[in-house]
Amino acid sequence: MEYSSQRTAWLTILTYVSIGLVIASAIMILAYARPEQVQGNAQKLFYIHLGTFFGSFVLFGAAVFAGIQYLRTRHNRWDDLGLASIEVGLIFSLVTIVSGAAWARPIWNTWWTWDPRLTTVAVMWLTYAAYLMLRAGIEDPDRRRRFAAVYGILAFSSVIFTVIIIRVRPDTIHPVAAGPTLSETDVTGAFDMTPRIVQTLLFSIFTYVLVSIIITWHRIRLENRAHQVQQRKVNLLMNT
Amino acid sequence: MNANKNEFRTPYWRVVGTIAWKDLRAEIRGREMVTSMMLFAAISVMIFSFALELDDQAQQETVSGVLWVTIAYAGTLGLGRSLSAEKDKGSLDALLIAPISRSALFYGKMLGNLLFTTAVGILMMALLTILFNINLFLPLLLLVVILGCLGFSATGTLVASMSVYARAREVLLPILLLPIVLPVIISATRSSVAIITELGTEDWLPWIQLLIFIDIGYMALAFFLFDFIVEE
Repeated sequence: MEYSSQRTAWLTILTYVSIGLVIASAIMILAYARPEQVQGNAQKLFYIHLGTFFGSFVLFGAAVFAGIQYLRTRHNRWDDLGLASIEVGLIFSLVTIVSGAAWARPIWNTWWTWDPRLTTVAVMWLTYAAYLMLRAGIEDPDRRRRFAAVYGILAFSSVIFTVIIIRVRPDTIHPVAAGPTLSETDVTGAFDMTPRIVQTLLFSIFTYVLVSIIITWHRIRLENRAHQVQQRKVNLLMNT
Repeated sequence: MNANKNEFRTPYWRVVGTIAWKDLRAEIRGREMVTSMMLFAAISVMIFSFALELDDQAQQETVSGVLWVTIAYAGTLGLGRSLSAEKDKGSLDALLIAPISRSALFYGKMLGNLLFTTAVGILMMALLTILFNINLFLPLLLLVVILGCLGFSATGTLVASMSVYARAREVLLPILLLPIVLPVIISATRSSVAIITELGTEDWLPWIQLLIFIDIGYMALAFFLFDFIVEE
């Protein structure tokens, strides 16, 4: 299937828009949101931390949707969506982990600690890395797509576990940005949100979710190109 | 038409029972899987008790970790065999042709694996009781071992039925399985620690509840997903 020029034009426009948004959110983070009183500038990492987490959350959710759709319709494009969203989601959650570690160094005085939240997010990352290993290990393309869809659905359990763990475990020191928590007193590094912080936060979440979708779109387009090249190779070999 | 078709179908629970019974009988005759799992488990416990030369207090806190790490690794070893033997001998194809429901096939295999893993778990409880000098034969701990092994064999059977088709399947199975099964292992370990160190009900009950919840979730998920793994 040829990628229509109209779609490519849309993708190009949205790419420029998202680059603009990233610059705008960077300016907002650096200039508009005041440094937080206790944590100072380290708190500014939080915008990227949460933004990329939401990005990867959306992408891993998209992989579940793609998996269900693939198993129902058996159309290859759903498999492309699943692969693309998990690959990009892995990068985004890596950014979440690294920015979290950089924030934790001044606030918790350590890069990494075996806190429930940190443990589950590391496991989540490994689960999705295993998804790529599974794809690499199975040769039959039909079976690979089917198994990838199944494992993509199964792997989302690690995301659910990551999201609920800080809400059920009272011994975590990871702050909860929104929603109920059991551990208000033990949390280290929580802060009160001023209106400017909230605005910047919402803006950067929006930005990074959009960026994650756009990058995934590029990745799907790349996969599409690869299929085309493959098809042309086959045609060429058939004709000679 | 549909009613006619159903007449030739073996009843659901009989299929589950028959497949589990078949695995059990094959195991009693061949003694391939459980022997190697138990030997592996025993060796791991030896290694652990030499590697962690602990005082009494520390032993009490680490023993449940040792228990569950060993169950997870020994279980992975057994799962790999359970499914790859089935595929290599061609009996998996025969089972798929049979007029039985696919999910019944899954639950049958799962039940078989549950029996073997639980057997290893109980052996581990005995070994650790002797080697670590802590009494592990508590009714509550037995419940946790059974629930943990249930979650383990539910996810394990599902993942192993995918990994048997892969290149380097022995390597791939633990990579695929361990991250998925970790919620089970975490909640089982946490509740075991609380039970062994004789903490109050509020310390182990939430973990057992979480464990039951995870078990049910994975078993329901497997019910829907197994059909897609073995179709063709």
